[in-house]
Amino acid sequence: MDSQLSQYLPVLMLAAVAVAATAGMMILSMMLGKLGRRSKAKDTAYECGMIPVGNPTPRLSMRFYLVAMLFILFDIEVIFLYPWAVVYRRFLEHPAMANPILFSMVSFLGVLLVGYLYALKKRAFEWRN
Amino acid sequence: MQDILFYVFAALTLVCGFLVVANPISRSPVTSALFLVLTIVSLSGLFVLLHAFFLAAVQIVVYAGAALVLFLFVIMMLDLKAEERRRITRLGLIGGGLVAVAMAWLFRVVPREAALVASGPAHVEGSTPALGALLFTQYLLPFEAISLVLVAGMVGAILLSRKEPS
Amino acid sequence: MDLLERLTPIEQSVTFGALKVVGVFAIVMFLVAYAVLIERRVCAAIQDRIGPNRAGPFGLLQPLADAVKAFLKEDFMPAQAHPVYFWLAPALVMIPSLLVVAVIPFGSTLGNPDNRMVIADLNIGILYTFGIASLGVYGIVLAGYAARSKYPLMGGIRSGAQMISYEIAMGLSLIPLFLLVGDLNLGAVIDYQARGLFGWLIFKQPLAFAIFLVAAFAETNRLPFDMPEAEQELAGGYNIEYSSIKFALFFMAEYAHMIAASAMLVTLFFGGWTLPFFGLDQPASTFWGGLLHIGIFLAKLLAMMVLFVWVRWMWPRFRYDQLMALGWTRLVPLALGNIVVTALWLWLKAG
Repeated sequence: MDSQLSQYLPVLMLAAVAVAATAGMMILSMMLGKLGRRSKAKDTAYECGMIPVGNPTPRLSMRFYLVAMLFILFDIEVIFLYPWAVVYRRFLEHPAMANPILFSMVSFLGVLLVGYLYALKKRAFEWRN
Repeated sequence: MQDILFYVFAALTLVCGFLVVANPISRSPVTSALFLVLTIVSLSGLFVLLHAFFLAAVQIVVYAGAALVLFLFVIMMLDLKAEERRRITRLGLIGGGLVAVAMAWLFRVVPREAALVASGPAHVEGSTPALGALLFTQYLLPFEAISLVLVAGMVGAILLSRKEPS
Repeated sequence: MDLLERLTPIEQSVTFGALKVVGVFAIVMFLVAYAVLIERRVCAAIQDRIGPNRAGPFGLLQPLADAVKAFLKEDFMPAQAHPVYFWLAPALVMIPSLLVVAVIPFGSTLGNPDNRMVIADLNIGILYTFGIASLGVYGIVLAGYAARSKYPLMGGIRSGAQMISYEIAMGLSLIPLFLLVGDLNLGAVIDYQARGLFGWLIFKQPLAFAIFLVAAFAETNRLPFDMPEAEQELAGGYNIEYSSIKFALFFMAEYAHMIAASAMLVTLFFGGWTLPFFGLDQPASTFWGGLLHIGIFLAKLLAMMVLFVWVRWMWPRFRYDQLMALGWTRLVPLALGNIVVTALWLWLKAG
């Protein structure tokens, strides 16, 4: 196992510790906490002490879909920026590579800026009715 | 050690992948989505074992962290109920059998043709600077094309979710 | 020590790894417990009250009392909830929040120069934290879904949308840093900053710091952006139907996230375990020097945590539409502009 791969082993250990601790806490609470009497009123959904009104699963706004979709697209953009950032200075050291590395990303961001401006124009980021 | 971890992650990927589509206990779409998250996390474990560290991170950030959040949002937005168990029909059986045979054939032919088995695990190529160096020289055109795909996605999403002007 | 020397190098590194994992986990849990006390004491000081001072001297045993109380409370689940998701959600919030700290260097070396004070010295450093932090959304959205009641559902999906929105600003804000550093490894970020006080990235990238700080407040769901709680005006958020330790787990996760965010801020902008004086920016050669570095890191971490607490009790809350507008229409363009300006500046400097 080489050095970089071996660095992932403690991550697995930490994950095991975190899972065990969380499960342990929940099991301990289940054993220690006493269950009270159940009543019909206690079992109703909490709506500030009033009797629940209407459908318990209301329709959600379409905006949540839109924001999640835009998030994926921007997330992909962000993830492409990281390898670019890492190699940027190395490319700048070679005069022949300096312009391509800058302008490749400027054009990439430029195209995405068009999409961003379109979203802005169509009020995709506005949550006021 | 690496071999053991490979088998653990591969088995996890397969089992979770199976549970996404054919969970015998729960037919709820939310359960399927959560098993898909687990499938992707174990897949990224496999990428780590192949020294593709950047790709492993991308798997988690983009698929587990973004794409599946959208799935979950959509499931909740449409308030999808648990799927009913469908009856197995003769047509489905024949179709499934054909697909299984085709897959088996592909698994036999593709490794031989593409020499995938012989190449072995990549070592340095998985590191982020090496990947960046390739991406911004040899694969610059596909990279630029991605920006267009992303913009098309944005426009599509906005058009689909826009309220009809009344 | 005899026992250690008899082990092979691999066994030694595994042993040290396990010790570091247990040590960091213990310190994070301890800090989580005392962050609550700090929060309550600072809040009390700001509001001209005394705050918890009954349990032990200065209320130092208060976290213990809180924990005992959380364990002894009735572990109630409303009848309409999905049992599996209801149990899974607090765990899914807690586990990622504990995993984020794995790549953060909390000291230079201890004793042996190979024994670096970081759980996992990953090449992809920062991307690991983004990946794990983005998994925290599931627990929150699932908690809202599991309770099958209006307020949790709305609160959960709102918090989820808030977290993913600010993830974009957060990811973009750090690009200029990595343009300068040229490596995603967080140890390399600290090495880069080890050249005097003005080598710290907060002085080189103040805008990136500001955007990252705002995004960190939003990601940890803390006040200016604490939609899930908003207990004064809303019923609450995804955690309304929870009680006992399951309810406490959501708050422990919030504090663990706050600790992780503070540790990230210290590492990325304030030079991590280094101090620009007395040669404290070089890896320690002695055991005590190593301990001192860990102490410096913890002191900076505490200062950042107090900042988080201070902001919480001094600022009013944003409205949801203002919050989303700030993320998408202010922070994202600012961060993009910062990237382009930094890239152009480096390009001009290179000639």
